Formats: sequence, structure tokens, C-alpha cells
Amino acid sequence: MEVKPPVPQIPPPVWSEFKDLQEWEKYHQERQGNDKASEALTSIADAIHHMPGGWIVTTSTEKIFNWARKSSIWPVTFGLACCAIEMMATFASRFDVERFGMVPWASPRHSDLMIVSGTVTIKMAPMLKRIYDQMPDPKWVVSMGSCANSGGPFRHGYHVVKGVDRVVPVDVYVPGCPPTPDSLMYGLLKLQEQVGHFQKTGERPAPAERA
Amino acid sequence: MTEQTGNPGLTAAAAAAQITERLGLDAGVAGAEVRVSLPRERWVEAARFVRDALGCRYFNWLTAVDYKEQGLEVVVRLDDVESMVAVTLRTRLEPGQTRCPSLTGLFRGADWMERECYDMFGVTFEGHPDLRRILLGDDWEGHPLRKDYAVDTPQAPYR
Repeated sequence: MEVKPPVPQIPPPVWSEFKDLQEWEKYHQERQGNDKASEALTSIADAIHHMPGGWIVTTSTEKIFNWARKSSIWPVTFGLACCAIEMMATFASRFDVERFGMVPWASPRHSDLMIVSGTVTIKMAPMLKRIYDQMPDPKWVVSMGSCANSGGPFRHGYHVVKGVDRVVPVDVYVPGCPPTPDSLMYGLLKLQEQVGHFQKTGERPAPAERA
Repeated sequence: MTEQTGNPGLTAAAAAAQITERLGLDAGVAGAEVRVSLPRERWVEAARFVRDALGCRYFNWLTAVDYKEQGLEVVVRLDDVESMVAVTLRTRLEPGQTRCPSLTGLFRGADWMERECYDMFGVTFEGHPDLRRILLGDDWEGHPLRKDYAVDTPQAPYR
């Protein structure tokens, strides 16, 4: 007689019933529109485009600019917790994000990207928001690690912001506790794709549409 | 206070015997640790005795325990680093009572520990020179390590 192990009957999950997802829908921050470029540059590009033969110039320069923009994303040096150690390892020689044109820069005013690496406490959130506000448009945010994504293991603590997307809008979520440098680099490459898409169309994909 | 450097020959049993003899308090011994429970009125007196007479001059830590309806308990540990004898003093505050005498007159290091205790448990130390919150923001509501603190209390604007 053949003995079969009991097959557990688990109902399929209904995602809309998850409390955490409901909270995310309720509290996460959306980005304000129209942060692509200045109006002056857009009008100049339009004028050139409508000149005779000008479309050749605009399309080729756009391609070059696109390539240049997405391959020189400067992250602001902003480490919060142990994820920052992995972020430093990513910036250092072994993993070397400098080949993507990334220079960790110590001033938010010259940066395009903020890597939120670590737990955001309620006391730290206003400073994080201030640094984000100091960065020039267009700007991107990578939420690195479980704590920044959702609060992580500290989600039910009294002092932790339950996901940095309640403070600033987030473009790429990198999972892990902490994420390895490889994971972070994969997130950064995904971000480069988003930057290229954004520079072409001016649209940021919603999180559900992101691959 | 004289410039004595601890009390090298002290043992936990001798320290407990001295506390019982001089202060009239019950002292239990567990290893190198002496445990004394005492009323709130004798808090500073007992700490002064332990510091000066027993030579436990190292203020190791101070914290509180929340026993819900039985009230808070403030615990302090004083060490003698020469003989490795540790004295743990604990005092039970009455239910609903948060006031406790401060040890800042005896130990400078009690300053921040008592501020933290005030921050987390809401124990008001009487005689403390600067009793403010130390870890949480100044606009924080409630004391999060109390048992009756709801962990999911929203803290505007980020929760």
C-alpha cells in the first residue's frame, strides 16, 4: 500500500485583503509631475526640431544625451544603517559602480539619486525629506533593503517609518537584509533603464508596471 | 568622599551583611551580585551607602520595569570594579506613581541614564537638573516602553 503525504489545502492568497498592501496603497507617496527638464530647454529643442532638417539634429542629440544622462547618475552619499556597508562595498573597487558612471557625491545639490540604505526612524525622516528636497529635479530614489522598503524586521517597532515610500516617492525597491552588492547593482541597472525611458518620454512607470 | 579606589577585599556576602546591618534592608546574594529591594524614600540614602561605604563607585546602568497595575520599578546597578561585587538596588513605585528621587547628586553618569528612563518609561526623577527626552523627538507623545503603550500609535506625519 502506498502511503501518500497529506497535501495541505492552502487557499490562494487574495492580495487585496493583505493589511500591509492596503496600508501601502493608503500611505505611499506619489511623485509630482513635470520634473523632467526646464521649460526653456524644451522650447529650444522644439524650435530646432521644427526647423528644416532639424529633426536629424534633435533625434541624434537626444540619443547622445539619453546615453549620457543614464550613464552618469550620481548618488548622494547617504547611509543610514547596515545596508550602507553593502552600499559602500558597491561603491568600492571590487564591485565598482564607477564603470556605470556613478560617483558617490557628498552633496545633495549635485546628485540625481538617493539610495536610502537602512532603517528610517521617525526622528530621521524629516532630515531625509530635507535632503530629498535639496536635490535638483529630475531625481530618483532607490529604497535599499527590507527596512527601507517596508520597515522590515522593525516594522512593528514604535519608532520606525514603515517604508521610506511614506516619506519620499520611490522608483526602485531592492529587497534583501541587507542586499548584496550584486542585488544593489541589479537595482541600479534597472534604474538606468527607467532613466532612459524617462528621458525619452518624460513618464515614470507606476510600480505595478515596472519589470 | 575620600579618594579610595574601591574595596579590593569585598565579597558579595560581606556586602550583603553590611547592607543588612547598617541599613536594615534585606539583601539577597546571587553569585557576585547583591540584590536589595527598598522603599522609594531610602533610594538616595542606600545608593550613597553603597557608593561610599562599600566602594561601589561604578554606576553601571539604571532602568525601569513596568509591572502594569502593580506600578513601575526602578533598578540601578552599582559595581565595584576592584572586587567585582555588584549591587542591584530596586525600588517599586506605587501604582500610578511616577516620581522617584534622582541619583544625579551622587553620580554624574546618572544624568543621561535617568533622562533615558524618563524618555522610555516616564519616570520623573526629582532633583534631576535637566530632565528632557534624550532619544526620541521632543514632540513625541507617550513613553514607548510602557506596557500600555500601543506600538502602532501613529506619529504624525510619517507614522
